Amino acid sequence: MMQKPNNMMLQTLARLIILIILSFSIYLLLAGHNSPGGGFVGGLMTASAILILYLSFDLKSIQKAIKFDYIKIIGMGLLFASLTGVVSMLFGFPFLKHFFDYFTLPILGEVELTTAMVFDLGVYFVVLASALTIILTIAEDDK
Amino acid sequence: MTLLHWAVLLPFIAAILIPFLYKYLKRIHTGWFVLVLPLVLFVYFLSFIPKTSSGEVILNNLNWVPSLGINFNVYLDGLSLLFALLITGIGSLVVLYSIYYLSKHKEKLNNFYVYLLMFMGAMLGVVLSDNLIVIYVFWELTSIASSLLISYWYTREKSVYGALKSMYITVFGGLSMLGGFSLLYVIAGTFSIRELIANADLVMASSLFIPAMILVLLGAFTKSAQFPFHIWLPDAMEAPTPVSAYLHSATMVKAGIYLVARLTGVFGGSPEWFWIITIAGLVTLTWGSISAVRQKDLKGILAYSTVSQLGLIMSLLGAGSAAFYFQDGDNALYMTAILAAVFHLINHATFKGSLFMAAGIIDHETGTRDIRKLGGLMTVLPVTATISLIGLASMAGLPPFNGFLSKELFFTGMLNVTEYGIFNLETFGFIIPVIAWIASVFTFLYCILMFSKTFMGKFDISKLKVKHVHEAPVGMLISPVILAALVILFGLFPNLLAYSLIEPAMAAIAPGILSPGEFFDVHISHWHGFSPELWMTFGVVILGILLFMTFKKWENTAFYRGEQDLFNYAYDYGFDGFIKGSQWLTRIQMTGRLRDYFIYMNTFIILIMAYTMYRYSLPAIQSLDLSPIPVYFWLVILVFVCSIVIIPFINNRVALIITTGVSGFIVALLFVLFRAPDLALTQLLIESVSVILFMLVFYHLPKLKKVKTPPKMKAVKLIISVGFGLMITLGSLSVFSMGQEVNFDSISEYYVENSKEEAGGYNIVNVILVDFRGLDTMLEILVVSMAVLTVVSLIRLRFKGSEDI
Amino acid sequence: MELLMSIVIGIIFSVTIYLFMSKNLLRVVAATLLLSHGVHLLLITMSGLQRGAAPILSFDADAYTDPLPQALVLTAIVISFGVTAILLVMSYRTYKVHKTDDLEELRGSADE
Repeated sequence: MMQKPNNMMLQTLARLIILIILSFSIYLLLAGHNSPGGGFVGGLMTASAILILYLSFDLKSIQKAIKFDYIKIIGMGLLFASLTGVVSMLFGFPFLKHFFDYFTLPILGEVELTTAMVFDLGVYFVVLASALTIILTIAEDDK
Repeated sequence: MTLLHWAVLLPFIAAILIPFLYKYLKRIHTGWFVLVLPLVLFVYFLSFIPKTSSGEVILNNLNWVPSLGINFNVYLDGLSLLFALLITGIGSLVVLYSIYYLSKHKEKLNNFYVYLLMFMGAMLGVVLSDNLIVIYVFWELTSIASSLLISYWYTREKSVYGALKSMYITVFGGLSMLGGFSLLYVIAGTFSIRELIANADLVMASSLFIPAMILVLLGAFTKSAQFPFHIWLPDAMEAPTPVSAYLHSATMVKAGIYLVARLTGVFGGSPEWFWIITIAGLVTLTWGSISAVRQKDLKGILAYSTVSQLGLIMSLLGAGSAAFYFQDGDNALYMTAILAAVFHLINHATFKGSLFMAAGIIDHETGTRDIRKLGGLMTVLPVTATISLIGLASMAGLPPFNGFLSKELFFTGMLNVTEYGIFNLETFGFIIPVIAWIASVFTFLYCILMFSKTFMGKFDISKLKVKHVHEAPVGMLISPVILAALVILFGLFPNLLAYSLIEPAMAAIAPGILSPGEFFDVHISHWHGFSPELWMTFGVVILGILLFMTFKKWENTAFYRGEQDLFNYAYDYGFDGFIKGSQWLTRIQMTGRLRDYFIYMNTFIILIMAYTMYRYSLPAIQSLDLSPIPVYFWLVILVFVCSIVIIPFINNRVALIITTGVSGFIVALLFVLFRAPDLALTQLLIESVSVILFMLVFYHLPKLKKVKTPPKMKAVKLIISVGFGLMITLGSLSVFSMGQEVNFDSISEYYVENSKEEAGGYNIVNVILVDFRGLDTMLEILVVSMAVLTVVSLIRLRFKGSEDI
Repeated sequence: MELLMSIVIGIIFSVTIYLFMSKNLLRVVAATLLLSHGVHLLLITMSGLQRGAAPILSFDADAYTDPLPQALVLTAIVISFGVTAILLVMSYRTYKVHKTDDLEELRGSADE
């Protein structure tokens, strides 16, 4: 199913759709603390965006464009999640204790920043990379 | 922790060090390091003799699991001290002997000494603990150590067989014993032997008295190789000879005797205890001595002789337990039996230890233990022959050795039984001394046979595998010579032991019989006139010699030619049948069919859930406060149910994927309706990814075949699946109604209230995930990562070749 | 609504168990997928349905739907995706090696 990239329509549309989905997925990730969304949803959304990329173009050209090793991203995600936990321990708090505060940033105005966001980012990376790795591993196995 | 605690733990600590000593000091035989420990402990325990002989006891408490009444309390009285001295004393001699017996070049000495030390510590733990559970723990440790030592030469099939056999039998007994101990706890509310003895009346009055007693006795009888559990002991002779001398004659097998002696204060005085132990002991004594005559292997003879001697001691303890029935009265009448038991315990350790070591020397020097091949060794191995002569004469009960004294006391004890006048002894009592006498004849017979076959007759080197036979090295002879010297010493001066070891041990076996400050009268003498005992001994000697003279006549009978114990067949067939039976049972249910397993599991789940609901009259659905159902919801449900129900009927791959996908998307829609936006989003995305995944895999898989199921099977499947669904529906409703009826505060309230204040987030679900329950989420992404790694390794890393799965 | 959903969940479980007992590997995998749907809906249903606003505090409602089962189910969805993936890959590899997807023929070797 991934051998014949001959659909111009799909490819053009895909580029547009992917852009929208990607930005929406980032929004979901960042807004997750206060409105629906978060690491799980964001990660899966990004993964689907990238999957559309793979579906509309062929496997090899995408692999040339995106040179990530997704398994490493899983490791990175796990590291993010556990490090946020360890950092709070360094300050004498229990493992995985989170902190938040409100800051006023230029352009954006008052913004809430929280360490939980970093943790969620870890979740995001793990879910994103896991979904992609599973699908791609099977797809690549063509023997 | 007191010194006594350390004395128990020291062997274990030493056992940890052994592998290092063995590895880094290979030039020195590891045994030399080990030897220090039992020697030091022996001297340490000797220092307690003045205390115990004055009737003092030592009790040191150390809490372990106080809430369950399990405490590592060491308790030292005459009986414990006697055993501790045997364990460390014989232990020292055995270690010394093993240094010469086991070559440091060929043998895995580290294994040997680790097991031996483990055994020593465990055995000390058994005899020095006051707490039944602690005793049980150490008891099982001795079983394990014993099995490991039997299978020390683990490449030999017979060693493994013997090790497994002893393990099965003794661990079975140990487990029963644990049951008995638990029952005792149920009755008296304590695991402490002291307190149990103090509450003996309570125990005796309980309806659980007999079960507790039988279970405890199973433990003692299996360990002490009492009939019919004796069959493991002859097979345990596959162990290296030092082990046989130590564990399987002097110490471990006496753990059962220790337990019986120790608990006489709890159970003694009841007719059941008296009869069971006396009869078991006498049957074992007779069976063992008759079987020993049939053996051709030196260690086989010694093994059965150990069985029979253990029976002798056991029967004496049984006879002596009557003391508790009378409480005071004429204590010499009953206490003679206990005196004989304690005295014979010591004597047996000395002469049997020396005999085992002598047999080991013969084996070591000639390469065989078969008495048909041996003969005329008197001139070749003069020292060994002398040691054996002393040991065997003592075992046969000839003066002036210690065995004679204890055998006379044994006869006295058995004759006294007929005078008790209780427990129906007036009618059947005469049988007891008769059996004892018959068994002694056979004991005498196998002693002469063993000596004449091995040391007398013609020496024929052609029957042996070795070229030269010469006397063992001096180091190897030291231990048996010391033991043989003790045989003579205790024989000539028995009263050396009388008030230092024997009397305190008797007082410990029979607590409360004497008032404080009193002592039992222990006077052991060679000559007490032409008493019935003396005539019995004469009879034994004459009949024994007669049987020996006619050996040629019965040499070729089936009795002598076969040497297999009848009960071994029972064990082998029973064991075989047990395994075959389990295999059969497994085969008929483990079909390898997923369907069958689901049928078993679900039938069970349905039955148990239905029973629970019926039993607790659930679900109480009458008072349900249900949410109203909007009209459009019916439509959604209709589509959803349709998409689910048609799945089993689909015979097309793509249709199957699409239908499952549709049902998944409807689930997402349901989440929206149930006001769970996060779930809806996640479900939507997961479903998309899943469909892609399914497509990819299904693309490689074959087309679905239409499967024809027989109508009967179909009916079974339908009944089970519908039943299961019904149970889930009812379960769901009952949980829901319980949530409404029972007024409890849900933890969700906490999250709703604190999500903003504590975590600064408005999306409660997300806050729970990343903040309140962050650790769960972290572990969850770990699980997901592991799933990914599994997928990757299943696909990318595979074995080349046939073993591909 | 809870009564209706309980019945629907019962149906899902019935179909799942029925599929589990079929001989075909794919149907078994599909059954696990359905099973996870059933469990997720069960968790949500047992806590009561449509009782308050979605658990987002910005709505400023009087009552919110119980957020705890939702958090549980969110985790469960992702985990069940992992499980489905492993099962799929395993059945895929099984088919590749044994050339059959019939569970009756995949019953282990004779010497077991």
